[in-house]
Amino acid sequence: MAEFTLPANSVVKTGKTWPAPTGASRVKNFRIYRYDPDSGENPRWDTYQIDLDQCGPMVLDVLLKIKNEIDPSLTFRRSCREGICGSCSMNIGGTNTLACIKAIDAFDGDVTISPLPHMEVVKDLVPDLTHFYAQYASIKPWIQTQTPAPPDRERLQSPEDRKKLDGHYECILCACCSTSCPSYWWNSDRYLGPAVLLQANRWVVDSRDEATGERLDNLEDPFRLYRCHTIMNCTNTCPKGLNPAKAIAELKKKMIERR
Amino acid sequence: MSLLTPFKRASGLGTTSDGVKHWWMQRVTAVALVPLTLWVVFAVAAHSGDDYATVAAWFAQPFTTTMLTLFVFTTFLHAIQGLTVIIEDYIHHEGYKVIALMGMKLVLVLLGTSSVLSILRVAFAG
Repeated sequence: MAEFTLPANSVVKTGKTWPAPTGASRVKNFRIYRYDPDSGENPRWDTYQIDLDQCGPMVLDVLLKIKNEIDPSLTFRRSCREGICGSCSMNIGGTNTLACIKAIDAFDGDVTISPLPHMEVVKDLVPDLTHFYAQYASIKPWIQTQTPAPPDRERLQSPEDRKKLDGHYECILCACCSTSCPSYWWNSDRYLGPAVLLQANRWVVDSRDEATGERLDNLEDPFRLYRCHTIMNCTNTCPKGLNPAKAIAELKKKMIERR
Repeated sequence: MSLLTPFKRASGLGTTSDGVKHWWMQRVTAVALVPLTLWVVFAVAAHSGDDYATVAAWFAQPFTTTMLTLFVFTTFLHAIQGLTVIIEDYIHHEGYKVIALMGMKLVLVLLGTSSVLSILRVAFAG
């Protein structure tokens, strides 16, 4: 059965509070999910009181400040700090987003930060994305052709055909959408999820790719594609403003078209 | 312990090459139910307060019999398709899933058949 409650060893307890330094003027509380598998203890919510006058404007700045100056044991992924690598995807204030492009002042009151939902947690804010990446590999996200490339130049694509990739190529595979999808929570063993389906559509609409039929064959399944129930959490949460739900609808339309 | 590679796990047992028909029929029945339901609601409401003989005579009209039968058939078809998806969503144990699917279909087919037979009985036997 789908699980609706947390197992006993996953129940999140109240943890430590790290007070703001004396004389801090603009203090904001950040409740952060902490979990260390080596300790054998339950996860906990630690509260960090941060002086916003001594901190950068983004949520990632808070995490870096905590790691550098307050608690070096806090673990999270980050890299580009400009919303293009997708490493710092996490649940902030109840919505999956990228810590690096989410401004602190978007939130009134305390800010809650937890790992991407319904994924196994490696440590603190680091989820295990192994299965997500394997699903991405399963759609063969590379160009497949029968026709050899012209010997003297690249494969040509008209500006109109290039336009069809808009809304797809911008996806950075941060997994915000897939991990916000209840259908993916319950059935990710077989359902590919919005991010991977958006990528699948990216190759289906690519005018240079010649494996369209095989790609659709590979998706034609009650679980791989049709577990999408147009809940639209994916589109709501995408930090890049993309529309995975529309890409999935396009795939479903093509499935009907080729009957 | 399992040493399956992540790719092997993600590939599972492959695709079933199925699902399009189910998805499409669910949409078709949903669209069909819009006019059918509206007709049933207004037509039945128009007969409120009528005695049994009048309603039975109305049932016996070919158009009424056809529309009522279509409405019941489409409703149960749509319900079976919708509940199938819900059971597949939430019941992950293969055995329980098969039992739940079979039980659900058995109950709905029973209800649907008896509803259609009731309509025909009133229509033909009065």
